[in-house]
Amino acid sequence: MTSTTTTPRSATGSVALRGVTKVYGQGDQAVLALDGLSLDIAPGEFVCMVGASGCGKSTLLNLVAGLDRASGGTIELGEGVNPGLMFQEPALFPWLTVEGNVEVPLKLRGLPRDQRKERVAELLRTVHLSEFGRKRPHQLSGGMRQRVALARTLALETPVLLMDEPFGALDAMTRDILHDELERIWTERKLTVLFVTHNVREAARLADRIVLLSSRPGRIIYSTEVAVPRPRRIDSPEVSAIAAEVTDRLRKEVGRHGQ
Amino acid sequence: MASDTLSASARADAEISGLDALEIAGREKGPSRVRRLWSATWPKLAALALAVAIWQAVVWSGWKEPWALPGPAVVFGDLGEYLLSSALWEGLATTARRAAVGFAAAVAVGLLLGLVVARVKVLRAALGSMITALQTMPSIAWFPLAILLFQLSEQAIFFVVVLGAAPSVANGVIHGVDYVPPLLVRAGRNLGARGLNLYRYVIAPAALPAIVAGLKQGWAFAWRSLMAGELLVVIATRTSIGAQLTYARELSEAPRLMAIMIVILVVGLLVDTAFGAADKAIRRRWGVLDQAGN
Repeated sequence: MTSTTTTPRSATGSVALRGVTKVYGQGDQAVLALDGLSLDIAPGEFVCMVGASGCGKSTLLNLVAGLDRASGGTIELGEGVNPGLMFQEPALFPWLTVEGNVEVPLKLRGLPRDQRKERVAELLRTVHLSEFGRKRPHQLSGGMRQRVALARTLALETPVLLMDEPFGALDAMTRDILHDELERIWTERKLTVLFVTHNVREAARLADRIVLLSSRPGRIIYSTEVAVPRPRRIDSPEVSAIAAEVTDRLRKEVGRHGQ
Repeated sequence: MASDTLSASARADAEISGLDALEIAGREKGPSRVRRLWSATWPKLAALALAVAIWQAVVWSGWKEPWALPGPAVVFGDLGEYLLSSALWEGLATTARRAAVGFAAAVAVGLLLGLVVARVKVLRAALGSMITALQTMPSIAWFPLAILLFQLSEQAIFFVVVLGAAPSVANGVIHGVDYVPPLLVRAGRNLGARGLNLYRYVIAPAALPAIVAGLKQGWAFAWRSLMAGELLVVIATRTSIGAQLTYARELSEAPRLMAIMIVILVVGLLVDTAFGAADKAIRRRWGVLDQAGN
């Protein structure tokens, strides 16, 4: 078994997965979560990963983020790139204000105070939360908290953003608006995004490319480019057509487990 | 075309701020400060008045001779005198210093012990249950040993205060570290907090409420141990609240005895209230304060 390595060969912002395997447990108890998964993401590309339960989506993001080790295969990122990770929950620190939360990664990078203040103000403007810097997370709505989490992740100034169903807990209206926001920020900052979701429409709304993962073990079974021009609407016929196509494939995959 | 894009982005801004305004509306309304204070205070005052009334009723019933159980009027009269005497303030100074030193030592030992036990698996297996066992040991039962080891000295008192309070503090730390949400740890690591920084930026602040609860409980144990110590370990050359309580009993000065007890109760209560306020402030910041405000 080879261990995961981050090699400096790739371009900044690119993500290259080669035969990534993840096994949990040992012996008879061992569960194969990811089975030789390979995926190339170009710098600036927006990839949505769709799959039913148990496809190892979250596992994969953890591996790419370096929070867990792969059992085999390699994960290549640009030199010195530490991807930012967002979760379904905002995971904000309740003991800090909104500003304080966004400031954490800047503090950890050792930025001096005046620069930190400037960056925090700029990031809060980016997510339209300038007026709420002094609030505490519990005083905000779910969508606002998720935007704070986005600003905090952007503070890492990383070219690669990993998102683990970040809008899964929000109502449809809020989610629509956050799609627009994310698309704008992604374009402005030329980010590479790997976005995991089980919402096929969301994938079709956001992605340059959708990849479909099989369940137990996770493997890429289908991949399609989304050639719909931006800006898109989630309820446009083109987006709906792509969503329908991916949904059919997904259902076929789920059905396979029922036989 | 350009103006089209501009108005589109202006519309998006308006949508966002509109949604924000709708979603957080009505989140910050609450009763006024005065009203909150009053609704928290009057039940306590009423309970106090009731306790004094029952006390007075028992005295009037003639259950005990007045020299053994004086009434509230006599005791509060003596308390007024006592508050104006230098004896109280000298005694209180000694007792407060002992409480501060003893509690500080207990906190230092407890924090260190708690952190080590929370981090090292072997030590947790070895010491985890022992710390809880120590907590159940009545502190007064340590005094015979303390007096054997340190004679009738302040060291004997400190020994018991630390043994009484440190386990609570340690348990607070262990509990706090155990229940740090794993998601926050993952988020912290992703934001670049590793090693000591993870403790500084994530684990320590996340564990703070439990640590403060441990401090509060530790204080209660420290204060009880200290009073037990001052009653048993009377150092003739140095007056203290506990020593004065012993003298008052020996001289059968019932009003003074009860006045001293009231002082002990009030001091313990004041410090406890300070910890309570700290705990409440933390929970308010975190947004986990319940509606009743307790």
